[in-house]
Amino acid sequence: MLKHLLLSAGVALPMVLVGGHAGAVESNDPIKLTLHDWTGQHITTRIMGSVLEKAGYNVEYVQADYLAQFAGLKTGDLHVAMEIWETTGREAMDEATETGQVENLGETGMQAIEEWWYPAYVKEQCPGLPDWEALADCAELFSTAETAPDGRYLGGPVTWGGFDEERVEALELPFVVVHAGTDAALFAELESAYQRKAPILLWIYAPHWAPIKYEGEWVAFPPYEPACYEDSAWGGNPDLTHDCAKPRGPIWKVAWHGVAEKWPGAHKAIQAFHVENDEMGRMIGAVDLDGRPIEAVVEEWVSANESRWKPWIGQ
Amino acid sequence: MSLALARPAAGTRPISPGLLLWSLILAVTLALALLPLPYPKWLSEVPRAWRLGWDKDVSAFLPWLVEDASFGLFSFQELTRAISWLLAWPLEWATALFATGLQRGQGSAAVQVLPPMPWFAVVTAAAMLGWHRGGRGLAVLAGLAFLYLAVFGQWASAMVTLASIAIAVPLGVAAGLLIGIAGFRSRRVAALITPLLDLMQTVPIFAYLVPILFLFGFGPVAATLATVIYAMPPMVRITMQALHAVPQEVKEYGVMAGCTRHQLTWKVLVPAARPSLLVGVNQVIMLSLNMVIIASMIGAGGLGYDVLTALRRLDIGGGLEAGLAIVLLAVALDRLSRATHERAPGSDRRFWILFALTLLGLYLLGLLLPGIARYPEAWTLSTGPFFADLVGWINVHFFDTLEAIKTAIVLNLLVPVRRFLTELPWPWVVLVTALAGWRLGGPPLALLLLGFGLFIVFNGQWQNAMLTVYLCGVSVLVAALIGIPLGIWGGLSRRAWRVLEVVIDTLQTLPSFVYLIPVVMLFRVGDFTAMIAVVLYALAPAVRYTAHGIRQIRPMLIEAGTAAGCTNWQLLSRIRLPLALPEIMLGLNQTIMLALSMLVITALVGTRDLGQEVYVALTKADTGRGVIAGLCVAFIAITADRLIQTGVARLRARGAVA
Repeated sequence: MLKHLLLSAGVALPMVLVGGHAGAVESNDPIKLTLHDWTGQHITTRIMGSVLEKAGYNVEYVQADYLAQFAGLKTGDLHVAMEIWETTGREAMDEATETGQVENLGETGMQAIEEWWYPAYVKEQCPGLPDWEALADCAELFSTAETAPDGRYLGGPVTWGGFDEERVEALELPFVVVHAGTDAALFAELESAYQRKAPILLWIYAPHWAPIKYEGEWVAFPPYEPACYEDSAWGGNPDLTHDCAKPRGPIWKVAWHGVAEKWPGAHKAIQAFHVENDEMGRMIGAVDLDGRPIEAVVEEWVSANESRWKPWIGQ
Repeated sequence: MSLALARPAAGTRPISPGLLLWSLILAVTLALALLPLPYPKWLSEVPRAWRLGWDKDVSAFLPWLVEDASFGLFSFQELTRAISWLLAWPLEWATALFATGLQRGQGSAAVQVLPPMPWFAVVTAAAMLGWHRGGRGLAVLAGLAFLYLAVFGQWASAMVTLASIAIAVPLGVAAGLLIGIAGFRSRRVAALITPLLDLMQTVPIFAYLVPILFLFGFGPVAATLATVIYAMPPMVRITMQALHAVPQEVKEYGVMAGCTRHQLTWKVLVPAARPSLLVGVNQVIMLSLNMVIIASMIGAGGLGYDVLTALRRLDIGGGLEAGLAIVLLAVALDRLSRATHERAPGSDRRFWILFALTLLGLYLLGLLLPGIARYPEAWTLSTGPFFADLVGWINVHFFDTLEAIKTAIVLNLLVPVRRFLTELPWPWVVLVTALAGWRLGGPPLALLLLGFGLFIVFNGQWQNAMLTVYLCGVSVLVAALIGIPLGIWGGLSRRAWRVLEVVIDTLQTLPSFVYLIPVVMLFRVGDFTAMIAVVLYALAPAVRYTAHGIRQIRPMLIEAGTAAGCTNWQLLSRIRLPLALPEIMLGLNQTIMLALSMLVITALVGTRDLGQEVYVALTKADTGRGVIAGLCVAFIAITADRLIQTGVARLRARGAVA
């Protein structure tokens, strides 16, 4: 008897608990926004979440892997992903949007920068920087036992793409490309080199805390144009493509295709969402470098920018 | 080698044919690798046109499974979704109990109806269980472990992790036990599940993460399922092995006493095999906690998530604190479960009443005084920047020394082995592997290994596979050189074992990410860093199995040796080591498995092998590519496993004859 009671209670109770909550929105089901493992994305997502909450929507944050999340976005287990970078997520995003299950909600306003980068103190030993042509003469500065006499360039994870091998070949740079597996490894090496003031040349991206914390510069390659990647005749090397810088691209928002139907207002708000690199950089710095809680930083932005987000939700 | 050993009768002839054969093979291999012969390119990797392209088929199969597959009344996806719905119930209740409290509504509209267990109630519960199960020592250990979680500000995350572990471990143990019993009872079942187990244990988890997400939805349930898949196989294996190892007399006694088959299993065999089964439970707990990091990537949250975030910020101290919380949780749970099984069964009614009343009292106290139900933030401790500063200090002062050591090892060990393995033409390697299979296990094994080799070759993974063998091989060698002597020491001295056990438990459960980042800082990205990480992780079974092998030798045999006037060294080299050899080899086998499973993690610091291939496939959500590369890893593992297992079986047979 007791067992029976417990069993029925176990099934019934949470059912009773679901529901309630009145509001002027289309559906009270929670909109699930995904959180990944870098701070900037948390800030973006929580700003969006706070704004949606102000409009009366029910919001839930779900921890999910950056690329694995597309499985959930397709099936509707997850609803909104706020940061898909042109530079790292394009392929997965295109694959998902092609199925029709996932919808691209446009740019966030932030621009992803990804480029070769060096700490400021390197400039003393290699005065020609940031011009890329100086790298050829300074290669030995960056060399290690495994790469000598060539220099060592620490690239991002293989999955980020970036065509660094092609770039090295096309620009005839005496460098070996070594891939870090994650950005944690990438920044661990930077931190290590920075502590010792050792020369290092690596892939850095922004918005991120690294270019805020460490003083340094992007290498100035010939600026990117689509023709550079497609037409070998373009640029300094007439025989090879990729003889230029990396493209800079927008960071996109995507959502499950059902969002537009189920929460039309939220759909509009997400489409309208817009922030800039600079303010994002400052917020990331406040969290990662000054150690302030994300919620507080987000709260601050929301109360300071009412005039910006109110139109998103039609107020 | 083992062939020569396996044929003692050949002593009459000057050289056994086996030895001759293998010397010849060795000579040819060396010649092939070292002579500067200009091989055609297809000998190192077959051209694209010859490849099978199965990865595309797999990629196409999954959408079919998710979208179209159907059993008539319901679709395949509905079935898997039903399973995850079923699993969600216990998980939600466990999470409510430990972490979130009972809530009304969903998302940001949720209102807490009842709070979760207050922290002091959980700490008290752990201490009480420890005291009841293992006396004062265990009470202190369990209590302190949970207190650490509160004091170091890990409470909220730790309880989320605990809730998922509380569901995953019993599930894994129960399923493992049942499958193991089925495999013990029927040879056919055993033949069916052994390869499946091999796959579950060796296909890198990243390879099946995407399919699991598709089928079981996103969130804690999928993470729990992945955990069970990953953590269960050792339980099955150990169950089968332990039941087979129950002495024949015990079984016969059970039969004579008139046991039914059911009674024989549950009243005789399982209790008799209990000490070995415990090793299985221990492994399930350890492996479940091992998955905490990966599970957090797909929505489990908890401590794993904290480790990842901390290390993203290069907050080494923060990562270590969260990592240690995982270790302490593992150690406390493991010791509690072990003590539970080691106790003689008896009536505990009074204890459980007291236990329930205490918890209820403390829960009510938490309700009355909500201010103390949460551990006050002002009382938390943190090592702060201490560990980051420590690593920084080592980095600034000792980098050159470390760099010199590293360069020496890289140039003298890693690079030559890599060059050797990657330059061998694949037909020769596949042939020799199949030949070894033939000599050890006859034509079936030879065919199996041949099939594996060709699968790898014609999926265009040969170079990646050889890089995997190289990194894994070097790491296993180093792990064995360190682990086996430590295991012998631990097997001989109880006191040493107590220390060693803590060390290897820590190494096995501390998320490798925690030490991977400092190692990268000191040794840069590269194979050497990966090797260190693999060795640290794969060391545990080498130590554990060796110690177990040394300890399980019947004292009678040692006494006989002592009576015959053996010195300590002779006791070790003539009696203990030969008798423990099968166990040591099994330990080595597990070391290889763990090393291979670690390769996916080391891909995160930038290796270039099958592990990287799987990782790349995951990040591109390319199911087919991931599954094929994962299968290649599994096939390498199974090849090693089969060769070692058949070798061990021969050794055992020889030992039984002698």
